[in-house]
Amino acid sequence: MNELVFFINNVVIAGSVSGSIYAMGAVGVTLIFSIMRFAHFAHGDMMTFGAFMVLLLTTLFPQAGAAIGIPTPILLMPLAMALTAALAVGIDRTFYKPLRAHGVKPIVMVIASLGVTLMLQGLIRLFAGTGGSSLYVDDRKEIFRLPVPIESVRVPVVITEPQLYLFGLTILSVIGLHLFLSRSRLGKAMRAMSDNPDLAQASGINTNTIVAVTWMLAGGLAAIAGTLLSLDVTFKPDLSFFLLLPIFAAAIVGGVGHPFGAIAGGFVVGFAESLAVFNWSVLLRPFRDSLPEWLELPANLAFVGTEYKIVVPFFILVAILVWRPTGIFKGKVIT
Amino acid sequence: MSAIIDVQNVNKAFGGLQVINDCSIQVAEGSVTGLIGPNGAGKSTLFNIIAGALPLDSGQIFLAGEDITNRPANALFHKGLLRTFQIAHEFGQMTALENLMMVPPRQAGENLFSTWLKPGAVGREEAEVRRRALEVIDFIGLHHVRNELAANLSGGQKKLLELGRTMMTDARVVLLDEIAAGVNRTLLGDLIRNIERLNQEMGYTFLVIEHDMDMIARLCDPVIVLAQGSVMVEGTIEQIRNDERVIEAYFGANVA
Repeated sequence: MNELVFFINNVVIAGSVSGSIYAMGAVGVTLIFSIMRFAHFAHGDMMTFGAFMVLLLTTLFPQAGAAIGIPTPILLMPLAMALTAALAVGIDRTFYKPLRAHGVKPIVMVIASLGVTLMLQGLIRLFAGTGGSSLYVDDRKEIFRLPVPIESVRVPVVITEPQLYLFGLTILSVIGLHLFLSRSRLGKAMRAMSDNPDLAQASGINTNTIVAVTWMLAGGLAAIAGTLLSLDVTFKPDLSFFLLLPIFAAAIVGGVGHPFGAIAGGFVVGFAESLAVFNWSVLLRPFRDSLPEWLELPANLAFVGTEYKIVVPFFILVAILVWRPTGIFKGKVIT
Repeated sequence: MSAIIDVQNVNKAFGGLQVINDCSIQVAEGSVTGLIGPNGAGKSTLFNIIAGALPLDSGQIFLAGEDITNRPANALFHKGLLRTFQIAHEFGQMTALENLMMVPPRQAGENLFSTWLKPGAVGREEAEVRRRALEVIDFIGLHHVRNELAANLSGGQKKLLELGRTMMTDARVVLLDEIAAGVNRTLLGDLIRNIERLNQEMGYTFLVIEHDMDMIARLCDPVIVLAQGSVMVEGTIEQIRNDERVIEAYFGANVA
């Protein structure tokens, strides 16, 4: 049973953590793609920017959260979300909108977003330094060790406070997004615009508004994902940049242009990663005695080493593009 | 009758090609005005400029006396100027009925707060929109395919759906861009009857681009002939048919 708890800690919880983060990033990427038809490479750095804003605000007001008993970074996160949403709209107005007005090909937009990536990352490095820093300035990261109420189990289930916030906020975001897209007129207008932008405009939908709303949603979600990731580990200027591959893999697995596909894709990639790096010999150890003599159980039996985790989303990406290019849910095929 | 659409001295060039050349046309309120001309005459360009889909280089456009030069298509929609597309556009991932229900402007469900605070009002309004959409879909004869995804409809059915969209809101002027192209004869008769009814019963003004001369002859008065980006002749279909310049423009100098 100890082994099972070990499995829960290392696969179920770890997979859900990275899954939630990938999902929130992938939703933004997929929304931007379905409205503006380009792959937004600067998304990882928008996540970092959100976390950086939280770091900045928390440094300025380290005691803000103590008054009402929640961690300061979490309390200040809505403000950082608004700032990141404003940054996203500002970047669009400054860099992408002039290009759109000229009717450039999507690849030009992609290259522009690469430029924005370098610029954002450079700016964050300039102000935050190149090293890591903790978002917990005045608070302490709570780690919950939940004992399992079974006699023989000595290993507790370990979960941290930011992880709990992450799960809660992911669920809230998914519900909110669903209500927004399916119930509100603005959400319906977004779906209409992703389906046929010319017709949407001829049906009285203000496409500039929809573009701005898309950036705000994507920016807000990116800030949540970046902040909670930085709370779970530490803040680094290039932290979220390295999530770009799994996030794009998640968006493509779910079918690009399909927000709920992106969420599912995020969890598929997250769990695939944690299953691939899990040491399976831990689970086999209890059955050691029933194994045949000639089969010796190796100490480490994982599909890939932790340091090579990045090959997992890469493999998923290639596999899905070869076998099912429209993703598990049918999305827009990239042409 | 006063001009509901007044295009004054509009110019538009694509690179070095002057597509619209100091063009002025008027569309009388309550008329069904035809816009014809040989290929490359600039019909579609002029149409896109009026509909707000293309910026113009110089000139002015008025809708019922109000300057609408370079206003975006969505703003024109709310002023009652609607268009259809030459290649039928549809929201492919929605059903035919949902396509129509997308159109009506300013529903209460438009903002998120009333979705939560006034579910009754939103529900009533949605029921009202649905009722109207069902009426329209009966009117255009697509009742049997109302729950099909619009992407799966035939080309002609998509054209009917385009016309249906214009009936979901209180339009004043509808720009029809080759609505007859790809529609079979039987369906075409329905289409023409529908346009006539909308014109007479609802008071819609139509500006029609068409290559089908039968349809122009049955429907349009007056007819404007465009050639090389400006108006060549304007008059009734009889006058147009007997005009030497028109024959020359369409068939070349040697035929007449």
